[in-house]
Amino acid sequence: MAEISKDQVKHVANLARLAVTEEEAEKLTEELGSIIKFAEQLNELDTENVKPTTHVLDLKNVLRKDEPKEWLTQEEALKNAPDKKDGQFRVPSILE
Amino acid sequence: MSLFDYSIKELQEKIHNKEIKVQELVDASYQRIKEVDGQVKAFLTLNEEEARQQAAKLDEREATADEVLFGLPAGIKDNIVTNGLRTTCASQFLDNFTDPLYDATVMKKLDDAKSITIGKLNMDEFAMGSSNENSSYEATRNPWNTDHVPGGSSGGSAAAVASGQVLYALGSDTGGSIRQPAAFCGVVGLKPTYGRVSRFGLVAFASSLDQIGPLTRTVEDNARVLEVISGHDPMDSTSANVDVPKYTDALTGDVKGLKIAVPKEYLGEGVTEEVRDSILQALKKYEELGAEWEEVSLPHSKYAVATYYLLASSEASANLARFDGVRYGVRAEEAESMMDMFKLSRSQGFGEEVKRRIMLGTFALSSGYYDAYYKKAQKVRTLIKQDFDQVLEKYDVIMGPTTPTPAFKVGEKIADPLTMYANDILTIPVNLAGVPGISIPCGFSTEGLPIGLQIIGKHFDEGMVYRAAHAFEQATDYHKEKPALGGVQA
Repeated sequence: MAEISKDQVKHVANLARLAVTEEEAEKLTEELGSIIKFAEQLNELDTENVKPTTHVLDLKNVLRKDEPKEWLTQEEALKNAPDKKDGQFRVPSILE
Repeated sequence: MSLFDYSIKELQEKIHNKEIKVQELVDASYQRIKEVDGQVKAFLTLNEEEARQQAAKLDEREATADEVLFGLPAGIKDNIVTNGLRTTCASQFLDNFTDPLYDATVMKKLDDAKSITIGKLNMDEFAMGSSNENSSYEATRNPWNTDHVPGGSSGGSAAAVASGQVLYALGSDTGGSIRQPAAFCGVVGLKPTYGRVSRFGLVAFASSLDQIGPLTRTVEDNARVLEVISGHDPMDSTSANVDVPKYTDALTGDVKGLKIAVPKEYLGEGVTEEVRDSILQALKKYEELGAEWEEVSLPHSKYAVATYYLLASSEASANLARFDGVRYGVRAEEAESMMDMFKLSRSQGFGEEVKRRIMLGTFALSSGYYDAYYKKAQKVRTLIKQDFDQVLEKYDVIMGPTTPTPAFKVGEKIADPLTMYANDILTIPVNLAGVPGISIPCGFSTEGLPIGLQIIGKHFDEGMVYRAAHAFEQATDYHKEKPALGGVQA
């Protein structure tokens, strides 16, 4: 399997919504490279016919009734917001 | 009055008989924090005013039958959401999160049992780390020797209990984060079966691995706290609808005929001689008590660390997407567009290790790499789980060290992520298999640092784990040792 390149690191950072400087990208390329190399050892195992585990308990379709309940008020929901206006979260412009 | 003096059961009797007031207990807790926490640095936020008011109220009345932790001082890991009490996950991203709007289910349960929250405990940021050095605040130190780490990520929880600042603490364990610090600090720490305790209100790191559990000075205290916090919760669809037994009933002291499996992989490479000797001594003690042990193999153990870091990081990258600087937390002020605001807030808010794991996880889940990394790791997880299933079919418990070495020095491993990750090699497989595991004190290194014995059981068989742990504890004196902090020698 391929090593990770600096361009890939920048691409992944964008997917993860992280801003990285050139310097950070270089460091991450090296660090992620060695972690990924370490993870390659899993390829020693033949897992062709092994089922993946997502959860250890065999839970299926845990459903509940869809009924309205008391939860947070608008005021409460906005309480910890860094910026708000007229009962809503305020964010910078979304238009370029 | 010192919190070292009594067990939960003894304190409940003394409060009932009016020999000790709840206010004295709470006072003893804050007094001890004042004495030693300047060195230990276990607490991030104190709840003093509220705690003292609660204590005064409780002193006006008797405990009801259900209030089994009546007036007892507890510390809570700072990734467990506490209504109205600052919850930071030891991240500067949540530095201003002073007014959480609800209680985690475990907090409701502790509150119903009338436990008193003394404060919130330090940890590695978002529970990612094995030394507490990833805290955005000052790292917690090991009470046995403050040049050493307390372990992590629940390092504050283990250190606070070990230094007598609280009677018990809650921690969370994703790859060893309760058991490893418990071993390093010489206390009892249990990671319950996946699904035993509700995760509602635990700030999610890796949802298929995370469990909340108790850290205490004795096995009996641990069982008492688990009885309170366990059980099905409609708010956590992965919590199991399985009855909660009375774990204290399992503490018979009798382990005659107990079948113990000792994986050869757990005493192999990387495990220091001192640690190995302590474990062999412990096994000898079990023999004297009438138990039998045999060497077994968990052949996929060596793949656990790589499997864990792929899966846990992948889940973390998804879970931590919610931190965007919009609804709570610290927002980067200088951003002019929405996208920049996300990116700058996240880059400034998260610490280095958290960002590294988000990056690894995002990579492992990204288009073109998903099958090779994430799905591959999920398949290896199945093999690791099968190892445990097979051994636990024939044996009651599995035993081995909790950690390959005693607590390492501050700064010793922080520079290289892979060296740090390797420290968790004996605890990680337990989370991958979803089974319960405990760490109890079983010796000291020549440097005077605690060594932990890990006992692993079948799904939902915490009772057997506690029984085995309790019998050893009753037959030994390691749990009675106390660190010499603040001039109080045992």
